[in-house]
Amino acid sequence: MLNELLLLWSQRPAISLAVWLVLLVTVLYLAREPAHQLLKSTGRAIYRFMRSAARAVAHLEQRALQRNREIVLAQGREATEKFIEREFVRINEIVARDLSHYPALHRELTDAIERLENDYQAATDAPPLPPEWLSVVQTISELPRQGDPVVSSILENIQDEVVSAHEETLKAYQKSSAERHRLLSALQPQWRALAGKLSKTKDVVAITQERADAVDKHMANYEAIRDNEDSIARALMASSMTQFFISGLVLLVAVMGGLINFQLIAMPMAEMVGGNSYTGGFKTSDIAALVIIMVEIAMGLFLLESLRITKLFPVIAHMDDKMRKRMMVITFSILFILAGIEASLAYMRDLLALDREALKQSLAGVSALNAEFRWIPSIGQMVMGFILPFALAFVAIPLESFIHASRTVLGVMTVAVLRTLIICLRLVGGLAHQLSKMLVFGYDMLITVPLSLEKLVRQGINARHESRVAGSAEQPVVLSAEPTDSALESQLADKPRASRRRTKTAAPDTDLAAQQN
Amino acid sequence: MKAIYVITLTLMLGACGQPQPGNTAVFLLVDTSGTYTEELNKAQAILNYLLATLDSGDSIAVARIDSGSFSEKDVIAKATFDQRPSMANNQKRVFKHHMDRFVETVNTGSAHTDITGAILQATEFLNETGAGQKYVLVFSDLAEDLQQGHIRNFPLELGGIHVVALNVTKLRSDNIDPRDYINRLGLWQKRVVEGGGDWRVVNDFDRLDTLIGLNTTDPL
Repeated sequence: MLNELLLLWSQRPAISLAVWLVLLVTVLYLAREPAHQLLKSTGRAIYRFMRSAARAVAHLEQRALQRNREIVLAQGREATEKFIEREFVRINEIVARDLSHYPALHRELTDAIERLENDYQAATDAPPLPPEWLSVVQTISELPRQGDPVVSSILENIQDEVVSAHEETLKAYQKSSAERHRLLSALQPQWRALAGKLSKTKDVVAITQERADAVDKHMANYEAIRDNEDSIARALMASSMTQFFISGLVLLVAVMGGLINFQLIAMPMAEMVGGNSYTGGFKTSDIAALVIIMVEIAMGLFLLESLRITKLFPVIAHMDDKMRKRMMVITFSILFILAGIEASLAYMRDLLALDREALKQSLAGVSALNAEFRWIPSIGQMVMGFILPFALAFVAIPLESFIHASRTVLGVMTVAVLRTLIICLRLVGGLAHQLSKMLVFGYDMLITVPLSLEKLVRQGINARHESRVAGSAEQPVVLSAEPTDSALESQLADKPRASRRRTKTAAPDTDLAAQQN
Repeated sequence: MKAIYVITLTLMLGACGQPQPGNTAVFLLVDTSGTYTEELNKAQAILNYLLATLDSGDSIAVARIDSGSFSEKDVIAKATFDQRPSMANNQKRVFKHHMDRFVETVNTGSAHTDITGAILQATEFLNETGAGQKYVLVFSDLAEDLQQGHIRNFPLELGGIHVVALNVTKLRSDNIDPRDYINRLGLWQKRVVEGGGDWRVVNDFDRLDTLIGLNTTDPL
């Protein structure tokens, strides 16, 4: 068919091809104006469509951003409320435990201080004064004796009396000093007890102050959240991302633990449900093992929920305390029983392994050897089978964090995807617009020959017109209703500009204008 | 949301559907004719390998090839292993004991060799098991020597059965003209393939792990 068309004009392909080429170029030349318009309008339409789509996606992006912010702030508000509540509970506990005894303590302190004061008063140093007449007697005893033996004897007696009076006074003073020392030494334990009580009171006050500081800090955060501050939103977002990765990591560890658990019980499960039974293409024993692990995880979730450690199920959180405690006991019992089953399955696995090994040795003609310390891996497997369910139960904590953090992460990812989409839409729009321009130039390149001819003809017409204008410059002006060649030329030259102006006023597009500039 | 419903429904329907049988059935035919009885210890080794490889739910049978092999009397032992691995291990021990006793009691070989009859007997057993993979292991030199009056020159029906010839020893005549050996193998291959079966020869016992397409990974 193609060959027939090719040889339509002549049996010689070159000639026929040349004819086709001439025809094609002619058609393209004649259709130049509508073809240009088609290309330009198509490019412009695609460009505008893409810009509109980008604007719509940008609107979506803004909504997603707003939504993310609301989620993050709501989560932050809830977390801060929990913190503040917890801090108040702690302060209440401190006050109830330590400061409730403060009146008694105050009385003890007052009593101790009063006792100290009394003892201190009693221990005041008051040296006893010598009798008033002693100075008179001493003056008389120091009178000159003048050789009179009677006077001398009297004076000596007086002096002896003075000395004995001094000694008595000294003894009395020493006695009172000893009493004061006794009182002062009795003060020491009282001071120590007082200091201990004051120190204890200081500690309690310091702890309360510390808790109050923490409450202040959380309150400041809470106020920032309430005021919708950017800094707190960014901080919460970063915290949420960190939580996402940390909880994801812990969940990964839990999954690995689950796999080990699965390997531990899948094989002995064949003893219970059959080794060659299949459900949906999977071994029933494998499914049973998986179900047991899943049930253990579910029980762990319910247990932690009942303990109010996690809050994944509002139904459990809203239960009254009695029902919640019952649920706690039931879930723990089921978990304990399942752990026991796992331990027994792990032991059975060990037995089966031994039996299988013995059979293999028997088939190979090797006498079975009694391995020493074979009980160590047996006990290890049993303990592992018992511990792993409880360890898996705690997966609820990272799971809750992961679920909460994933809301934020998914929001961030959505925003990233929307931003990428916006960029792509704008790129495609710009590319289409530029491509339409390139195609216009390409179109003109295909019809270069007729365009060149047209240009030559126009130049000839212009030259003739100019010579005619020059010749008629000396003749009077003739008004004509018919448009002249030069007028037509100027109209043709002005046409694209007018067209552009029309387009610009008809549909203002700032982006397009910016790109054209 | 609709997609989730569809996926869930598909999974549920898939789970409820009848699963394709994944078990294996193996029938070992042991040639007891002439001097081939000297090779029985090798057959014992193959059986031990099979017992170690087969798992719960799989079936195994051993029969001798003698003058008239299309008979239940020639079946030495057969078993379908219990679903419980511990019971299956006990069955394997009992099976091994049967085979050991058989090897001890065989003294003289049979006068004739009815391989076709034995294969028919094996086919019957394998089809009854309904196993997903069916194997006939022929431990013989493949030189059929039928008794007068026995008719065996009819096509075999071996659809879905893998026939593996083991330890195909060369006869004295094969040494004189090896084409006899090649022709003998070619003839059996032709009969098996025309019957819809799959044919393979394994003479090297170091490659027993490729004997049957079982998952030999030890789960322990």
